[in-house]
Amino acid sequence: MIIAQQKPIKDIAEMIADCKKVLLVGCAGCVTVCLAGGEKETEILAAALRIMRRLQDNPLETVTYVATRQCDPEYIATMDNLVKDVDAIISLACGVGVQYIAERYHDKWVVPALDTKFIGGSKVHGVWEEKCGLCGDCVLHRTGGICPIIRCSKSILNGPCGGSQYGKCEISKDVDCAWQLIYDRMKALGRLDKLMEIQPPKDWSKSRDGGPRKAIREDVMIG
Amino acid sequence: MKTESKLQKLLDSGHFAVTAEIGPPKHASAHGIRHHAHMLKNYVDATNITDCQTAIVRLSSIAAAVHIRDCGLEPIVQMTCRDRNRIAIQSDLLGAYSLGIRNLLCLSGDHQKFGNEPSAKNVYDIDSIQLIYLMRRMRDEKLFFSGEPIKEHEPRFFIGAVANPFADPFEFRVARLEKKVEAGAEFIQTQCIFDMERFERFMEMVRERGIHERVHILAGVTPLKSWRAAKYLQTSVSGMIVPDDIVERLKKAEDPKREGIEICIEQIKHIRNIPGVHGVHIMAIAWEEVVPEIVERSGLYPRPKVE
Repeated sequence: MIIAQQKPIKDIAEMIADCKKVLLVGCAGCVTVCLAGGEKETEILAAALRIMRRLQDNPLETVTYVATRQCDPEYIATMDNLVKDVDAIISLACGVGVQYIAERYHDKWVVPALDTKFIGGSKVHGVWEEKCGLCGDCVLHRTGGICPIIRCSKSILNGPCGGSQYGKCEISKDVDCAWQLIYDRMKALGRLDKLMEIQPPKDWSKSRDGGPRKAIREDVMIG
Repeated sequence: MKTESKLQKLLDSGHFAVTAEIGPPKHASAHGIRHHAHMLKNYVDATNITDCQTAIVRLSSIAAAVHIRDCGLEPIVQMTCRDRNRIAIQSDLLGAYSLGIRNLLCLSGDHQKFGNEPSAKNVYDIDSIQLIYLMRRMRDEKLFFSGEPIKEHEPRFFIGAVANPFADPFEFRVARLEKKVEAGAEFIQTQCIFDMERFERFMEMVRERGIHERVHILAGVTPLKSWRAAKYLQTSVSGMIVPDDIVERLKKAEDPKREGIEICIEQIKHIRNIPGVHGVHIMAIAWEEVVPEIVERSGLYPRPKVE
C-alpha cells in the first residue's frame, strides 16, 4: 500500500491561514490502513485545527468527509454538495487524492495534509517499511525476492558495494544491506551462481525517468 | 588489449607497481595538487584522483588529473556512479581521454549522506560493474553504452576497479571481484588493509580461483597519523577493519606519526611477499608528503622506467 504521514499541524494551519471554513477529506484506502488519513485522523485533525484557531481568536469552521477512495474520481464526485461554500479543501489522501480533488474543483484551494512517503508494508504494528521502488520492470525473480532498486541505497544491480558490513548498509546501522539479504537468501536456495551473472544496466525509461506513466487496458475500458 | 597507459605497461611487464592518491581541494586552485604531483612523481608510477570522495564537493577529478599530468605524473581518474547518469559519464570520459587521461578507476561512490550535500539526489543510473563492462566494450568493440557505434577515436582507457576484502559478506567478496574481472577490469586496487590475516585469506581465495592471473591486484595501504585516526576508521567507516593492536601500538608510541609510517612500511614489505599481489596503492589521506619516504624505505625506489 501507499504509506503516508501527516504533515506538522502548523504547516497545515499555515496553508489555510486565510480560510474561514474548510472541508477535510479523508480516504478509506491505504491511508486508513497506515493510520494517516482515515476517518479517525480526519476528525482529529479537524478538531486540532479548530482549537488552534480558537486560541488565536480566529475561529475556523470545519466539515469532514471520508471518501471510499480518493484515487477514483467517481468517489470524489460524491462530495460535490459539501464543497460549495468552503474556502479550502484539505485532503488526507496520498498525492493522487489531492490531485483528483483539485482537478474536479478547479476554483477551490486544495491542500495536502499528508506527505506521501513510499510503497511498503507493516511487519510490526506502528512500523512501516519501504519495499517497492515502482521501477516499472520488476527484478525480484533475479534477486531472491528482495528489491535492490529501493532497498539498496545505491540501487545497485550487481551488489553488494564495499560499504556493506555486519549486514548493514553504509548509510546507517539501522538499515539492512539489501545485498546481504539477497546473498543470504540465494545461498539458502542454492542459487549463488545466479549472482555471478552480470546484470545489465536498467532501462529506467520504464520508471519515472521516462516521463509520467499510464497503464492502459483496452479490454476493460467502457464506451 | 594495449592502451597508452604507462601503468599498464609496467604491470604487464611484471613490475611491482606503486600508486598513490591525491584528493582534489575544496576550492578552485590547483596549487596544492600540483605541489603534491611534483613531490610524488618520481616515487610512484601513477596516482589516483578521487571523485568527490565521501561525497564532499571538490575540484573535478578530471580537471585535477590534467594538472597532475602536466606536472609529469600519470593520473588515474576515479569515476563514481553516484553523481552522473550514463550520458554525463560517457561525455566526461570522452573529454578526459581527449585531455590525455589514460587510466580509469570505476567505483560506486560513497553515498551522498556522508558529504556536504546530503539533500542531493543520488543518481546510480548504472553500477560500478556495469560501468566497467560498458567502458571496456566502448574500448574493445567501439560502442557507446547504448550500443551505437563510435565511428572513430574511441577512448582507450586502462580500466580498473576496486575490491574491499573487509566488507561483507566476506565469502562473496572474491566472487564479486571475479565478477568485476569478468566485466572487464584489468587492475584492482583494494580498500586499505589493516587486518593482514583477513587480506591473506582473501588472496588465498583469489589464487584458488586463479583471479590473480587475469587481473593486476594492487593492495591498498594507509599510513595512520594517530590512534584516534585508527579508532575512527575502526568504528565509524563502514567496510573497514582495524585490529585493536594497531590502535594500541599507535597509542603507546612516543611519536605516533613515525609509528604510523613504520607500520605502513612493515605492511608493504609483508604484502610484497603475498603471491598474486602486483603492486601497492598508498592512500596517505591528507598526508601525501610521507609517500616518498614510505616508498623509499619499503625498497620500492627508484621506480622502473618504461617506454
